[in-house]
Amino acid sequence: MPVSRAEMPKIVTRFVGVEGANRIDEAKKRGAYSALNKGLLMQPSAIVDEVKKSNLRGRGGAGFPTGLKWTFLPKDAKQVYLVINADESEPGTCKDRELLYWDPHLLIEGIILSCYAMGSDHAYIYIRGEMIREHAVLQRAVDEAYAAGHLGKALTTSARGQWKVDLTVHRGAGAYICGEETALLNSLEGKRGWPRLKPPFPAVKGAFGQPTIVNNVETIMNIPSIIEKGGEWFAGLGMGRSGGTRIVCVSGHVNKPGVFELPLGITFNELINDVCGGVPNGKKVKAVIPGGSSMPPLDASELDVPIEFDALMTDERIKVVEVRPGVPFDIGGGKSLRTMAGSGGIVVMDEDTDLVAVCARIMQFYAHESCGQCTPCREGTGWLSKVCGRLARGQGKPGDVALLASIAHGIGGNTICPLGDAAVWPMLGFLTKFRGEFEAKMKADRQHSAAGLTGASVDSTLRPDERTPVGATGVRHPLLERRP
Amino acid sequence: MPLTFSAESKQKIEALKGRYPDKQAACLPVLHLAQDEFGWVSDEAIDAVAAALDLPTAHVFGVATFYTMYHRHPTGKHTLMVCTNVSCMLRGGYDVLHALEKKLGVKAGGTSADGEFTLVEEECLAACANAPCIISGHKYFLDLTPESAVKALDEIKQMPPDHAPARGQNHGSSDGHGH
Repeated sequence: MPVSRAEMPKIVTRFVGVEGANRIDEAKKRGAYSALNKGLLMQPSAIVDEVKKSNLRGRGGAGFPTGLKWTFLPKDAKQVYLVINADESEPGTCKDRELLYWDPHLLIEGIILSCYAMGSDHAYIYIRGEMIREHAVLQRAVDEAYAAGHLGKALTTSARGQWKVDLTVHRGAGAYICGEETALLNSLEGKRGWPRLKPPFPAVKGAFGQPTIVNNVETIMNIPSIIEKGGEWFAGLGMGRSGGTRIVCVSGHVNKPGVFELPLGITFNELINDVCGGVPNGKKVKAVIPGGSSMPPLDASELDVPIEFDALMTDERIKVVEVRPGVPFDIGGGKSLRTMAGSGGIVVMDEDTDLVAVCARIMQFYAHESCGQCTPCREGTGWLSKVCGRLARGQGKPGDVALLASIAHGIGGNTICPLGDAAVWPMLGFLTKFRGEFEAKMKADRQHSAAGLTGASVDSTLRPDERTPVGATGVRHPLLERRP
Repeated sequence: MPLTFSAESKQKIEALKGRYPDKQAACLPVLHLAQDEFGWVSDEAIDAVAAALDLPTAHVFGVATFYTMYHRHPTGKHTLMVCTNVSCMLRGGYDVLHALEKKLGVKAGGTSADGEFTLVEEECLAACANAPCIISGHKYFLDLTPESAVKALDEIKQMPPDHAPARGQNHGSSDGHGH
């Protein structure tokens, strides 16, 4: 059994809210860099073994076992890079920003240990361009770690002899796609953030043509405690094949939104009601995005499932996403899709929320962020945005609901990177679980048409801020307000 | 007149090149430097970056126009990044944006007549638990209402500008690319 919430240690959020702990002196007083003393006396392979034993899984979205990923590096590689993905941009996700600001030294310590384990002498942190404040804090922390001799200087006690590690902070410039690991590598190399075809996978041919491991910020921040307290201890905190704690970012319609480090076994209902103080004004939950806007949503009947990776993919209480009623969506190899834990960005929507408007805003996002490389995604996300947008405005045409599913089906699995799927999954997810809301929009439109009011449902002479907000919560149709 | 980097920037560029096995990798950070120093990324600034890194101008142009944070037009002293993505939308992000549009007399994407503010509608800014939010320079403005967002303008005005005053221009009619 996983440990209870009360007994749960704070691993990566230990310094969140502690003023001054992002400076090296204060951080060291509180125990930062102590795992290095132990780790650098271990054999590198022993560190990899501990990470494998810990059941640590990637916290960026895919949940891939970290230790296993590290073993994909070729044994005879001369130059290996570790690249930290700090390009957090998945809508609903706000954990890495907090972690980078409050505890940059835990990340640096994790990087040193990880580089030592995989035999890398240079790591890069790719930080999102918009995180201007966090970039400054992180760069200052890196400078402090250099001055303290943790970086750039031979760590002579190590089993690797005269081994040292350099660390460079690389700032992005505004492109969601760069959170995809191969787009990130292209961006790191000074190119447009276009995803690469895989294989070869980065572990074989990554940054600058060399074997590269790309890990998320939170993933690497777990490494020091795994080294200090052991992989078994870490695995014991989790459940099933997932070790450790889970950071979730809860936003939307809850009384106490926030970033929380929680046991993996906690359910969505417990999270919303016990941790986040329930839904404002005693409203009921209508839908929950479980792990960033790319994931199919859950409806109110599916919230007794734990937030853990495997549960969200396999628990039969979660409905299978469909292409059309009764026909499961095939994500490849005949596999069906329920949902995924993704990036931990949980968005709660109450009973008054216009889910068609929410879905249209999500589609607008993917249309904006498609890199333009693959035709199905470049064109398809634009169509999803347009068609979903006109439905949200009450200007849908007969057949639009089927059209959305058909466009989505045409994108899924047909692109180089998962951005196309990231639009398809929520689109089909919303249609599967809330089809009635989409169809109701059509009916409303048909009534207008019957009364000779086609196209008159929006008064375009009004400025956007003079138009009536939709829904009691003040949620407006986003595309209603798009300017030419 | 072509733009040239200051001595200080040139030093920074040399240091940046040393951080990567291939100097092309310095393209993004040097474009950031160019925007800080020249106020925006004009065609002339792109030429300066290409010269500094010995890269084809077309490559730098392709990079500069791919990323939304390189401004291809002169902007105000302060850029207001207003999030309207899902978490912010659910808690009134569009109300915040519209209040700012009304106050500044511009639509999103525009610059106020006094040259102080450029208003940008942003995708998720990773502050979802404190929605709606704005980023300007190093500062976050969180848990906003339309009123508190308008009030924040006074504070932002007192902050140092995001970049130096605009210098440089585009060649001929190549304008209209990028952001």
